[in-house]
Amino acid sequence: MTTTATHTGNSAGRGGAGDAAHWARYERGATLRVAGVAGAGALNVDGRRAVGPLQGFGPLWEKTYRVRLAGSAVTPAALIATWKARFPAFWPAGNRFCAPPGGIAPGAVAVLDLGLPGHLPLSTGVLVLYADDESFTLMTPQGHLFSGWITFSAYREAGGGGGTVAQARVLMRATDPLYELGLRLGGHRREDAFWRHTLAALAAHFGVAAPVEARAVCLDSRCQWSRARNLWYNAAIRSAAYRLAAPLRRARGAVARAAPLAGRRRGARPGDVRGGARCSR
Amino acid sequence: MSQPPATMDLRRPADGVGVVDIRGDFTGDAEAALMDAYARACAGGARALVLNFGDLAYMNSSGIGLLVTLLIRVDRRQQRLLACGMSEHYRHIFALTQLDGAIGVFDTEAAALAAAGAP
Repeated sequence: MTTTATHTGNSAGRGGAGDAAHWARYERGATLRVAGVAGAGALNVDGRRAVGPLQGFGPLWEKTYRVRLAGSAVTPAALIATWKARFPAFWPAGNRFCAPPGGIAPGAVAVLDLGLPGHLPLSTGVLVLYADDESFTLMTPQGHLFSGWITFSAYREAGGGGGTVAQARVLMRATDPLYELGLRLGGHRREDAFWRHTLAALAAHFGVAAPVEARAVCLDSRCQWSRARNLWYNAAIRSAAYRLAAPLRRARGAVARAAPLAGRRRGARPGDVRGGARCSR
Repeated sequence: MSQPPATMDLRRPADGVGVVDIRGDFTGDAEAALMDAYARACAGGARALVLNFGDLAYMNSSGIGLLVTLLIRVDRRQQRLLACGMSEHYRHIFALTQLDGAIGVFDTEAAALAAAGAP
């Protein structure tokens, strides 16, 4: 899988720009690139820009989900290493994550298939904005349900038992008016359920059954109407349209296969092609 | 191993402008210090806040998230948020996270102060 943002290599230490190795590399005008994965996900990621919470439409939310792994000896670094390596394994069923070949590393781009209510498909992706030993942050592309980033981290809790706490913190705005409507009609609840499930599954992996604490703060209740035009990239609409057009693509493929061998590329198959990326769940 | 969070020293080089000198590791743990510096700047009548990253040692994505939170507060009070003293690396991070469209980035403190309308 090729990306426009790549790992910058190891840094010498914490002085100066000691974090350089942990950030995706910036290139002016760069867009996300996905190779080895076709279909709606790639269509909704390839050529898109990564967007942050300032580029979204709806109110700005900060949502924090935490689970305390009391009684487990897992260190924050070990927890994050596991979380990166098995990221989709902790997700609820019905959602798919196509990991980049190099795994979750700065600059990597992953394709997602998310299950929405009514079996509506949503194929989109994420950019690994930042990753170090104790945290990693995913940033969304244009068209994703929300504009922003999610930081997954683990830390030692001060005081008390001093156990490891796993946390997912979302900083997001709904990307466009349609998504904002969806959030208000139950989307927030579904998102909560998604991350509660994920953190509970992560804790269970380390042998801990613990409640997930959730806290949502609306940092800015205003909608950014100038961003309503984000609707053009809405991945849910484009994913649905892509799937509706599947019969046409199959018909085109059948015609292409029935055509004489001369002038036809061997092995060329329209429709979904998977390669390079590993898709789970 | 975690490092101590960044320190935030507030200066008032001109009426209506506060400068926060950020030193050390700018991570999520710096939230209290950053918001305290902002509150003190507001108490002093600041209409613009300049973040001086000249002595920044390290910043992670949680630190960037703090800037978004600060930006919302600044915007709500119709103040301006500017930044100066950033290395090319951190300028790139601002561009990557698209913060540079909302936070004015300047090479020097003098340029930031001029943009903030400091006399």
